[in-house]
Amino acid sequence: MKNAWIYSFLIFILISCSSEEAVELGVDNGYTPVQIELEIPQLFKDKLLAPNIPTSNPQTQEGIQLGKKLFFDPILSSDKTISCATCHDPQKAFTDNLQFSKGVNDGIGTRNSMPLFNLAWNFDDRFTWDGKQLSIERQAFEPVTNHVEMNNDWKEVANRLKNHTDYPELFKKAFGDTPIDSNLVVKALAQFERTLISGNSKFDKFLRGETTLTSEEQNGFDVFMDESRGDCFHCHGSNNNPLWTDNKFHNNGLDATFTDLGLGAVTGDANDNGKFKTPSLRNLAFTAPFMHDGRFATIEEVINHYSEGLKNSSTIDPLMKKVNQGGVQLTDLDKADLKAFLLTLTDSDFTNNPAFQLP
Amino acid sequence: MIKKLVYILMLAVTIWSCSSDSDETLQNKKITINFIHEWDGTLVTKDDFNDIKFKNENGDSLSIEKYRYVLSDIKLVDPSGFETPLKDYLFIDLGEEQNLSYSLEELILDRTYTLRFTFGFTDEKNQDGVYLDLNTASFNVSPGLGGGYHYMQFDGKFKTETTTTPTGFNYHVIRAVDNTDPNNLVFQDTSFTVNLADIWLKNTTETINVKVNIAEWFKNPNTWKLDELHQMLMPNFDAQVLMNGNGKSVFSL
Repeated sequence: MKNAWIYSFLIFILISCSSEEAVELGVDNGYTPVQIELEIPQLFKDKLLAPNIPTSNPQTQEGIQLGKKLFFDPILSSDKTISCATCHDPQKAFTDNLQFSKGVNDGIGTRNSMPLFNLAWNFDDRFTWDGKQLSIERQAFEPVTNHVEMNNDWKEVANRLKNHTDYPELFKKAFGDTPIDSNLVVKALAQFERTLISGNSKFDKFLRGETTLTSEEQNGFDVFMDESRGDCFHCHGSNNNPLWTDNKFHNNGLDATFTDLGLGAVTGDANDNGKFKTPSLRNLAFTAPFMHDGRFATIEEVINHYSEGLKNSSTIDPLMKKVNQGGVQLTDLDKADLKAFLLTLTDSDFTNNPAFQLP
Repeated sequence: MIKKLVYILMLAVTIWSCSSDSDETLQNKKITINFIHEWDGTLVTKDDFNDIKFKNENGDSLSIEKYRYVLSDIKLVDPSGFETPLKDYLFIDLGEEQNLSYSLEELILDRTYTLRFTFGFTDEKNQDGVYLDLNTASFNVSPGLGGGYHYMQFDGKFKTETTTTPTGFNYHVIRAVDNTDPNNLVFQDTSFTVNLADIWLKNTTETINVKVNIAEWFKNPNTWKLDELHQMLMPNFDAQVLMNGNGKSVFSL
């Protein structure tokens, strides 16, 4: 009698489990996806909070592999010519070198493609230049249907994947018997994107005591950290914040009036007009052009902007210094050294990491 | 912990043996500390940000765009001097509405207490790079100024009779440092202790409302002139000493 109760209870549990819950338990198809930890640089462990991995989308070996294949596969775009990697090239720190990326049918966007790395440390979970997307998963929905990007339809994408020779098995391994749909696609993409960790630049090695800086690089770092000179660190991190971004939104004095409202268009708050996400300063050697609209072709132009080119507006960040003089008025020497320091944040091991290349 | 238990046991024995009707009962209490921000009695919330609507003692008009700070070594102190630690530190961010209220449970006696905390970090606690949440929030101080952490970042814009265009200010409080000789930095610990006395804690659920009068940063005892002191204040030793003087009247019950 006791056994009968136990069996009844087990049957009830199995019947009441949804397929999604079963995926998490890994029992749907008798295969359990292998959960894996992110490979976090020791410096990040020592200085930063643990990365943000949603419980609804744990990192698994199979999910990451699937996400990587999808990331590089033009199957997601309507004419099968554009993949995520088209605008997010691993050799360019997962951006491209265009002011505005080109989509299918030569569609042109209005924002510069953002580099992709260290995304799991964005604790506010606001992604893209204007903060519109509230998770990596949600961000991944956008390009597939955007008319100037992949210009596709999620039902079409799901059909293609269901009828593909490889994908049904890969989805089954990663997510069990849950039908292939947009939710699983973005989950897999997000898992792959969270593995894109950049933490082995020359400056990282310097902080680990493995190398030294030149006098120019050291002075550039001092300019960066000096409130009376560059004062870059209030928004762009420091030796204690190796993300090199605060992941917040600021109006950095690009324009006196706004054609692109940025965060303001998302929140509807006029106080947010002209504010855009602080990009990381890692890997600038690969990520030109710069700013949300790719208006600056070189690092020199960016430095000159903060030094002499600031434009006042009602929402300009109070951290922008000497706005009435156009900026912080760096000397030529400090500008050159600041650039030298910024280039120490270049991480070629990241851009050449085999795990991040076209499968 | 053992010291605390012995203390509580001795107190309990003493109380039980001396008086049959003593009101000093040992109780597990849920204590909530609210940090209520105001401008000379008018409530300030994040909804009041970005509007140049506050006027300081000097007559300067100003807005608030960021207001975040650290309180450390937060504790309750009873009349005998016994200390009950509550929290190593709290990072309070008015704009992000972070830690405006902090709750915990503690086994303490029914009696009056002083709420004691340090504004910022004492030199001993102001260790460079050790607080991961503060690193992640970019609350650090540069190596050229000795490292460690900001005590407060208070940003906004101001207007005066002479500065008619809204202009940014960065009232950033740190440990005062004289960097005249970069190879021989001279420090002064400008964190300060706040004692908020005579707090009766006798119920199982108690709330302590701490008023944070932002206007005090500009007036007591030093009337602050934003025209003269609004940016690049971190390396300004004298400005940090003035901030230290004014901060001591910011917190009250």
